[in-house]
Amino acid sequence: MKTVFARTPTLKDCPTHYCPGCGHGIAHRLIAEIIDEMGIRDRTIGIAPVGCAVLAYNYLDVDMIEVAHGRAPAVATGMKRTNPGKIIFSYQGDGDLAAIGTAEIIHAAHRGEQITVVFINNAVFGMTGGQMAPTTTLGQVTATTPKGRSAAREGYPLQIAELLAILPGAAYVERCALSGPARVRKTKGAIRHAFELQAEGAEGLSLVEVLSPCPTYWRMPPAKAMEWIESEMIKVFPLGRLKG
Amino acid sequence: MCGNEALAEAAIIAGCDAYFGYPITPQNEITAYMSRRMAEEGRVFVQSESELAAINMVFGASATGKRAMTSSSSPGISLMQEGISYLAGAELPAVVVNVMRGGPGLGNIAPSQADYFQATRGGGHGDYRTIVFGPSTVQEVADCMQLAFDLADQYRMTAVVLADGFLGQMMEPVVLEKKPGRKLPPKDWALTGAKARPQNIVRSLWLPEGSLEELNHKLQAKYDRVQADEVVCEQYDTEDADVVVVAYGVAARIARSAVNKARHEGIRAGLIRPITLWPFPTEQISMAADELRIFLTVEMSNGQMVEDVKLAVNGKAPVLFHGRPGGGVPTVEEILERIRQLSIPRRVRTA
Repeated sequence: MKTVFARTPTLKDCPTHYCPGCGHGIAHRLIAEIIDEMGIRDRTIGIAPVGCAVLAYNYLDVDMIEVAHGRAPAVATGMKRTNPGKIIFSYQGDGDLAAIGTAEIIHAAHRGEQITVVFINNAVFGMTGGQMAPTTTLGQVTATTPKGRSAAREGYPLQIAELLAILPGAAYVERCALSGPARVRKTKGAIRHAFELQAEGAEGLSLVEVLSPCPTYWRMPPAKAMEWIESEMIKVFPLGRLKG
Repeated sequence: MCGNEALAEAAIIAGCDAYFGYPITPQNEITAYMSRRMAEEGRVFVQSESELAAINMVFGASATGKRAMTSSSSPGISLMQEGISYLAGAELPAVVVNVMRGGPGLGNIAPSQADYFQATRGGGHGDYRTIVFGPSTVQEVADCMQLAFDLADQYRMTAVVLADGFLGQMMEPVVLEKKPGRKLPPKDWALTGAKARPQNIVRSLWLPEGSLEELNHKLQAKYDRVQADEVVCEQYDTEDADVVVVAYGVAARIARSAVNKARHEGIRAGLIRPITLWPFPTEQISMAADELRIFLTVEMSNGQMVEDVKLAVNGKAPVLFHGRPGGGVPTVEEILERIRQLSIPRRVRTA
């Protein structure tokens, strides 16, 4: 019998703690496949965020570290500067990167750190119970915006990819989505490009923002969550390559 | 050389691979010196965007097995406490220099010893310790650096060098040389890429019931070993002393002069000078308290180390305090006057 599809070795053979329909599982698998395809497992170090993906090291079979909330780009800086030959990536959610860690991501990009950032934007704080994130859309109901996010009260959704793309130190910035097989394939290509740029020693930071479903805290079934990315999120967070 | 530059060069001699820091007075000579010298040595220097970032850069470099340090002064060290707590939880080595200034808040830029509690109690959240040095001369500041890196690696802990604005700025002759280091365990826990070995994970999150309690017991056992093996303390003229002054850092220099003057006046005074503030010389002070004596703790604060002295003395002798907070510095005359006052009852008793 011929095997046409198999689990990629860097993705551990175990169930995850993620909710049904969550995007993290897809994003993890893409990263694992890319690491295996590029043959860089033995020189890759990953950084897990604080948030739902804090246990990413239970699923990705590479050397990994768990760091304080939002500080991953600073930790990555310390790793990469002292180990220029290694491939350093951080995996961060929107609370981690777009709220508490804005200073660290902006300054890592501003210094042109040669690291790769996978930024999972699901418009909500997942781990703590579905509170508003900086990326929550206007009108979106969350645990801390019970009447829906209002621009007057809570400000507008924060567009991280656009913000970073203007910095000379950012080598590559692209926004993708996980809403459908074609989008997932495109996301994989973008993350792979981000890893390749680092492996080639390209000057500057590479970041892929990934619009990802959170059916639990969007209060909708998984299929509906995929549709919500297409109908609502992409309007606020347009897809495409913003830099590089 | 000034203390700040001496400690920076001593760190380079001790094999510091990476320095990360953010400017703050009165320690700016360290960042400036490191920016030049680390580049000359082909090592890493990064001026971070904040102290939060600096300690997390240390966290990252240390996790890969490199020797990393940062330096700052009191307000900046407060910002680093999150990272120092994570370093403790993840059992990563690090060296942090605090050139203390007056507080609270933005305070001032005068020398101070008001961060003693913060340094010796861990400083951040959770049940942990850091190894803390309180050197009192530029030479000793420099000598502490290699020991700080060695102990940090040996115990996988943060070592804090607690200097102050005086020590950082004062110029003294100093001999800088590589001393034979300790034999250290291999860093087989480091993140170097999982090459021909299983994945390494550096973490401080322990969710399953009992697992964090187990980690804390393990950390405590390590701290007990440090307390048993690593105390460094100087005793000066204490043998026959009626009045024992306890002081560290710059306050101990001033106290020593007061003790010398007291001896000239025929008062039997002595000095116990903790060089490691944690582990604290509890046993040495407790033994000194077995004789009939009075203790006088002198600090550039409203009284922090005095609590450790009282714990060590444990009611066996009176423990008094003389201090100057907010950047104030006790004078030799002030301390001498206190010694004179305290020596009277003993003289009466012995007569």
